[in-house]
Amino acid sequence: MKICVAVKRVIDANVKIRVKADQTGVELTNVKMAMNPFDEIGVEEAVRLREAGTATEIVAISIGGAACQETLRTALAMGADRAVHVETDLSLEPLAVAKALKQVAEREQPTLFILGKQAIDDDANQTGQMLAALLGWAQGTFASKLEFSEPGRIRLTREVDGGSEILSLALPAVVTTDLRLNEPRYASLPNIMKAKKKPIDKISLADLGVDGAPRLKILKIAEPPKRQGGVKLGNVGELVDRLRNEAKVL
Amino acid sequence: MRAAVFVEQEAGQVKEASLHAISAARALGAPVDLILCGSAANAAAQQVRKVDGIARIRVAEGETASLLLAENAAALLEGIAADYTHILAAATSVGKNILPRLAALLDVQQISEVVAIESPERFVRPIYAGNALATVESSDRIKILSVRMTAFEAVSLEGNGEAAIEALSPPTLSPLSGFIGEQLSRSERPDLTSARIVVSGGRGMGSGENFKLLEELADKLGAAVGASRAAVDAGFVPNDYQVGQTGKIVAPDLYIAVGISGAIQHLAGMKDSKVIVAINKDEEAPIFQIADYGLVGDLFMLVPELTAALK
Repeated sequence: MKICVAVKRVIDANVKIRVKADQTGVELTNVKMAMNPFDEIGVEEAVRLREAGTATEIVAISIGGAACQETLRTALAMGADRAVHVETDLSLEPLAVAKALKQVAEREQPTLFILGKQAIDDDANQTGQMLAALLGWAQGTFASKLEFSEPGRIRLTREVDGGSEILSLALPAVVTTDLRLNEPRYASLPNIMKAKKKPIDKISLADLGVDGAPRLKILKIAEPPKRQGGVKLGNVGELVDRLRNEAKVL
Repeated sequence: MRAAVFVEQEAGQVKEASLHAISAARALGAPVDLILCGSAANAAAQQVRKVDGIARIRVAEGETASLLLAENAAALLEGIAADYTHILAAATSVGKNILPRLAALLDVQQISEVVAIESPERFVRPIYAGNALATVESSDRIKILSVRMTAFEAVSLEGNGEAAIEALSPPTLSPLSGFIGEQLSRSERPDLTSARIVVSGGRGMGSGENFKLLEELADKLGAAVGASRAAVDAGFVPNDYQVGQTGKIVAPDLYIAVGISGAIQHLAGMKDSKVIVAINKDEEAPIFQIADYGLVGDLFMLVPELTAALK
């Protein structure tokens, strides 16, 4: 079974972002970048499935400028076998990303396509669902457990607002990861060295026949109103008094 | 212009989150239709019939769990999309699952987690865990919007509306996906996303057992109980307790954060609360930078003391 995993290069989750003064975007120069945390979970799940003998090949895919090869190398160091870099200098919206990934899926013919449920930069939570729609495949979003108990189908536990639910999906399927699916490994030094020799195929967005023009015009990126820190109180009595008589929320 | 809101219901009860999405749709200034599906969807339709500003309610009866599968719900909405300029749903786990699938079927770039509607084409949404707000304008012929419920007041069920109720043919169920079962957390406490007061615990709680302290406090206040990602990852409480960027977004009148340091992704889920109280032994914890009231000290002393003080 072949698995495709999409990985996105984003600002590291621990960085406090800064909005540019001219409100055109977020400061990206000299900012630490990393693989989107949900995509790390996706790569980890694919590697575990290969270790369990369920998967035979893992292809990592990233879309963007030259720098996203770093992200692909991370996926290769975690255990992906090879990588596909879809080259573009455009900043793509989820629909265009899904269209590009569909083209890659048609070339690679995976049984499972795993994506993070959401990228922590644009917080859209759309690409996996869109890819499933474009391919006409089943979708299992916000997955916390995958089981291959039945031929041709997958049993998927997903996190929902009220708890969790279990679906049976026909394969091939698109799966998006939630936090509790697994805990991603750190790549070992020997594996990081080995990853340097693994192949990365490059293909341009235009060669995939995908129009990357945005549908949304960004009018401005602004800083949200800042919350003022309040006071530290000496004891519980004082807190109750403030909540009752000052904030009036009790 | 005409807007449709996909309204969630369970056993004939309309979900609170959808009442906020209806409110967002009304802000567009267009006639609003409601789309409901599932068994007892007609009972739910009666519940929202008097809501002001609703033109008609379209109801597809059928088995709820199957109709809510993304493959089926997206097909249902795709079938009627040509009637609308805007299709909205609350950004719940159901809305987030269905809307992007629908958007791709219609070749539309969806706008997620809308927090303000500036015009029928112009919307504001948070990015980077709410640390930036993007104002975007859509050129798609249909706008597909998921709505952050904390940003819009719920509509009242007691209006003067007289919406017509019409039957909608349910879609042919897809063989791709099947519903097997669910494990839902049952609680007597209010729902986390709509509670007036929320008491949340973090890694500092130390164990799931210790969440009892928070439950006692919550019960005294009529509050819901939430948690940080750290507490959920540690297995103290189930995933549906998680408040944060990728968990639940809450904005209660009072949010009490106990043993929570205040990671960026947690703040993203609660920083719009009206009043924030932090209880933490580390006086340098980032949570104190946004808390209105802070107590520095041992939560195992302070929380029971607070519960007792509320008697």
